[in-house]
Amino acid sequence: MGLDIYAEEMISHYEHPHNKRKMEKPSVELHENNPLCGDDITVYCLVEGNVVRDVSFDGDGCAISIGTASMLTDFAKGKGLDEIEKMNFDTIKELIGIDPGPARIKCATLALKTLKGCAFLYQHKEIDKATKEL
Amino acid sequence: MDFPLLDIRYDGKRIAYLDSAATSQKPAQVIESISDYYKTYNANIHRGIYKISEKATEVYIGSKEKAAKLINAGSYSEIVYTKNATDAINLAAIGWGNRNIKEGDHILITEMEHHSNIVPWQMLAKKNGAVLDYVDVDRSAYTLNEESLEKGLAKSPKIFAFTHVSNVLGTVNDAKRLTKMAHDAGALVLLDGAQSVPHMKVDIRDIGADLFAFSSHKMLGPAGIGVLRAERSFLEGMDPMITGGDMILSVEKQSSTWNDVPWKFEAGTPNIEGGVGFGAAIDYLNAVGMDNIQKHEIEITKYALDALGTDDKVRVYGPDIKSGVRGGIISFSIKGVHPHDIATIFDSHGIAIRTGHHCAMPLVRSVLGLPAAARMSFYLYNNEEEVDRAVQAIKSVKEIFHVG
Repeated sequence: MGLDIYAEEMISHYEHPHNKRKMEKPSVELHENNPLCGDDITVYCLVEGNVVRDVSFDGDGCAISIGTASMLTDFAKGKGLDEIEKMNFDTIKELIGIDPGPARIKCATLALKTLKGCAFLYQHKEIDKATKEL
Repeated sequence: MDFPLLDIRYDGKRIAYLDSAATSQKPAQVIESISDYYKTYNANIHRGIYKISEKATEVYIGSKEKAAKLINAGSYSEIVYTKNATDAINLAAIGWGNRNIKEGDHILITEMEHHSNIVPWQMLAKKNGAVLDYVDVDRSAYTLNEESLEKGLAKSPKIFAFTHVSNVLGTVNDAKRLTKMAHDAGALVLLDGAQSVPHMKVDIRDIGADLFAFSSHKMLGPAGIGVLRAERSFLEGMDPMITGGDMILSVEKQSSTWNDVPWKFEAGTPNIEGGVGFGAAIDYLNAVGMDNIQKHEIEITKYALDALGTDDKVRVYGPDIKSGVRGGIISFSIKGVHPHDIATIFDSHGIAIRTGHHCAMPLVRSVLGLPAAARMSFYLYNNEEEVDRAVQAIKSVKEIFHVG
């Protein structure tokens, strides 16, 4: 992989991330990290009638994890929990317009993994222990 | 060039391999020695009453003799082959520690250790009810804090385990002086030589450390073979960690007697081809000369530090090169850019560097205060042109991330 992943849009989302704020009264929130690289994220969702009305995140990480979180939270607003459950690695590839490659897949999927974890937690009132990776 | 991998061109560019602290590249002589073993004398060692087994045994033991000579150990019987340096430290912590560490005892290590020299002692301390103490790293000099060291030794630890060279900071600890201080305080010493033996002349008897660990794959040899070195009498007082064939003299139905050292620690068919390649790697290092290797690495590190030092957006960690206690490792960060992004951009320039916590989380997180760091590390095959390419890559990082 060359430098295509660092398209201006990704850098722009990293430097000025959308929805990067702690939510005061979320319906559900979940913290995840990639211990090996130090990426760290908390995703907050406000859910009304099985629809994600608002979603935000907070945390630290590389351009790919933060940039993707910014794009994903924009994309997830207004989506149903069932739609979020169906999101997968292809969703991320479409959002960022490129396959991040094996070295960076964990960075690119951290936000989605956490968002899907939120949806599961909200519906089942317990942490999703079955899903390891996307 | 003796290193086939470094002649390969990807997108027209040679790889600038700046990750030798993780593992080294291998010269053709090492690759061929292993191929030659498989092609001409592949056999199990020790008990084969036929020529190729005798030759395999001779070359395998010969590699231990070479390893002993390289670090000025007394004889090959002081060289226990393990999987790697991690395995060697585990053998020390289990084989020596289980028997000798009692409830309330202190074990002293430092904040600059690799996880391989932290976790085995944590396990031992938990199991036997001992206390694990740390020597602090000075936050500006990036060397061991003298006051903290004295405090640690004042607790009369049973053992002081420390690294010869930090894999993150490049700090070269004065192993001889620290060993003497520990011995004066009544502590034994385990020295982690994973980052020193590949890069400098090491005289283990002059240093005086009781236990010494290092690894073949970081010094041009194959992976899967490393060394725990101790004097015969010390090894004789240790228990084996793995038992089975080859490590026994006799086996009765209910009990067994151990083979002589070092064989009592090498149960089962060992990594014979690993020993063969390791021996060839030591021959190669000797032909170049350890002093020449060290001199070359210091020159290239100086060149790199000078180049990076002019850039106020780049922060470099580790002791001042003028202090004379720094090896060929440079950890760095670029303002506002995560190390993983640095590494991806370096990769696009054909430069291999490592990022992360470098298996030294207490050091990177607590001492440097970083979630991760980028690291360049040099070896005998690196050159200044590769450093120039790294400087260009940093320029590219700054452009992409609008730094500056």
